[in-house]
Amino acid sequence: MSPRPAAPAVVVDRVACTGHGVCAGILEGAVTLDEWGYPIVHAGVEPDPSHVATAVTLCPARALLARRSS
Amino acid sequence: MNEILWYASRATGVASITLLTAVVVLGMLTASRRPPRGVRSAVVIGLHRSLALGASLFLLVHIATAIAETYVNIDLVSALVPFTSGYETAWVGLGTLAFDIVLALVATSLLRHRLPERAWRTVHWAAYAFWPMALIHGLALGTSSEPLLRGTTIACAVVGAAALVWRVGATDPDRERRSAVLAQEWS
Repeated sequence: MSPRPAAPAVVVDRVACTGHGVCAGILEGAVTLDEWGYPIVHAGVEPDPSHVATAVTLCPARALLARRSS
Repeated sequence: MNEILWYASRATGVASITLLTAVVVLGMLTASRRPPRGVRSAVVIGLHRSLALGASLFLLVHIATAIAETYVNIDLVSALVPFTSGYETAWVGLGTLAFDIVLALVATSLLRHRLPERAWRTVHWAAYAFWPMALIHGLALGTSSEPLLRGTTIACAVVGAAALVWRVGATDPDRERRSAVLAQEWS
């Protein structure tokens, strides 16, 4: 039995994403950008919950979803 | 007291058009075909949102003082219903219309995550109608012999128009390439 990998704090709607990179600017470390400017979410990094809310609010394409913490 | 209100109204009017022009420019940068990427995009869209709320406060003071002072006859109704003011009906009405659009933009943006995306987007397009209205309102009603005040409004017009040209005309090499590929003849 291997331990379950940590669930990512945010999920990207790949269809809606326009690659502005706002999420990577706010959630430094938890989200990085690939060579085309599209986000890669790193499951192991826990970003500050208030930053997550900010990033979800500011995403211009409304393509960022936060995992329910409850 | 009345004089203070009168000057406060004019001052907050100039502050509003300056801040709101900045908001419109930041919004157009984000929406353009060549938006800022990465950390800069976060700063631009974050400023767009917080400045918009901040500018709305100046706008509220601008309207409240315009109603409160008694030199000209503007009441609460004509601050909300366009073209009902006894004073400079057309130009005050244009400002009222602009304010109504701001109310709609702020409300839909605060509720953006609870609305269908298309509804938010449709309402948000009204920003392009709001901005020239607010400018014309300012230029037409500006009673100042002070070139600095009029110059501020004119500078706003120039900066906003330049951003609009950029918003329409900017091209992204990536996007150009994609449309070139799409247009190719495939055998």
